[in-house]
Amino acid sequence: MGLELIPISRPAPGSGGLTGTWRTLKPLVDLAKCIDCGICWLYCPEAVIDWEKGKKISIDYAYCKGCGICAHECPVKAIEMAPEET
Amino acid sequence: MLSIPASCASVVQGLGPKSGIGMPLLNVPFASAASVATGIAEAFKQLGVKGRAVVWAGDGGTADIGFAAVSAAAERNSDVLYVMYDNEAYMNTGIQRSSETPKYAWTTTTPAYAGGKKEQKKDVALIMLAHGAPYVATANIAYPQDLYRKLKRAAEIEGFKFIHLFAPCPPGWSFDPSLTVEVARKAVETGYWILWEYDDGVFKLNPPSTIYADKSKRRPLKEYLKLQGRFAHLTDEQIAELEKEIDKRWDTVLKLAKAFGK
Ligand SMILES: Cc1ncc(C[n+]2csc(CCOP(=O)(O)OP(=O)(O)O)c2C)c(N)n1
Ligand code: SF4
Ligand code: SF4
Ligand SMILES: [Mg+2]
Repeated sequence: MGLELIPISRPAPGSGGLTGTWRTLKPLVDLAKCIDCGICWLYCPEAVIDWEKGKKISIDYAYCKGCGICAHECPVKAIEMAPEET
Repeated sequence: MLSIPASCASVVQGLGPKSGIGMPLLNVPFASAASVATGIAEAFKQLGVKGRAVVWAGDGGTADIGFAAVSAAAERNSDVLYVMYDNEAYMNTGIQRSSETPKYAWTTTTPAYAGGKKEQKKDVALIMLAHGAPYVATANIAYPQDLYRKLKRAAEIEGFKFIHLFAPCPPGWSFDPSLTVEVARKAVETGYWILWEYDDGVFKLNPPSTIYADKSKRRPLKEYLKLQGRFAHLTDEQIAELEKEIDKRWDTVLKLAKAFGK
């Protein structure tokens, strides 16, 4: 019984809930333009961009908050921020 | 084992019973992080546990309210890696000024109609250097590879390590979140933020700040300030004054690099 009362949290995805629902702008990637540099992956503050050299990137929209850093930092403007449909 | 005092870093972990941080961590009272980490480091030593005591704390929790504990841990040379992420105010409670808020910046407690903050920014990294800590460095979120290298290097050293990490806050500084890295980068390119490292008695500048030692290579400070609403009320005279302050900071850093360079 005692141990259950200790306030311990365990690492798990989505500890802030489905934060993707907070988004008002959605990053859309044009993979034809993408040069596979990994800069968006490096700077995404939510760590929701998957990137492995040669495989190009993919974004986990369940948790992406739509901050737009990836689009701003992409050196070839391969990411566009589009308004979310409500 | 991380110790995190009350700050936005307490919030980004998410809600129990889940945690967004994949390592053991303690959420500790505001002023206590350096002392808690000292205890953890000592316990690791006594128990023969291989582990590192790390603090991740804000500027308010470090440079103001936690400062006595930080200073004491540095004086004891506790085996702690202390990272102060500096968003230049008490952000978690709604943008109150701290000793790390720069001069003339707007916060809710230093309103623009009253001219913003009156006092200058405290240089905590240099104060830690004066404690004789074996490793002290500045870092900036726009240069994650530099930060990564510094964290790795600091982790190899026994004793008190301090990293002062520049971290812009979109709502607190009033800029669009997409510009977060841009604002941080401009801080370095205008010379406002200087990347340096003191390691084993040697003080040196780190790239890209190395090139900005030459004043003519720096961008005008205005390019950094104009991105942020918190500086919107500044006059040209005030900007010129801030530029002079930056020159003074560079002067100090360059003198240190000369005196303690290799
Ligand atoms: C003893 C105590 N005083 C005040 C508070 C309220 N408080 C919680 S977070 C915070 C601001 C912390 O500022 P900083 O350390 O700069 O971190 P940031 O929120 O900016 O990330 C304050 C004042 C508290 N939790 N405990
Ligand atoms: S919009 Fe922000 S959170 Fe979403 S993928 Fe881009 S950088 Fe990450
Ligand atoms: S920053 Fe742009 S080019 Fe680089 S991997 Fe991301 S989308 Fe592709
Ligand atoms: Mg702060």
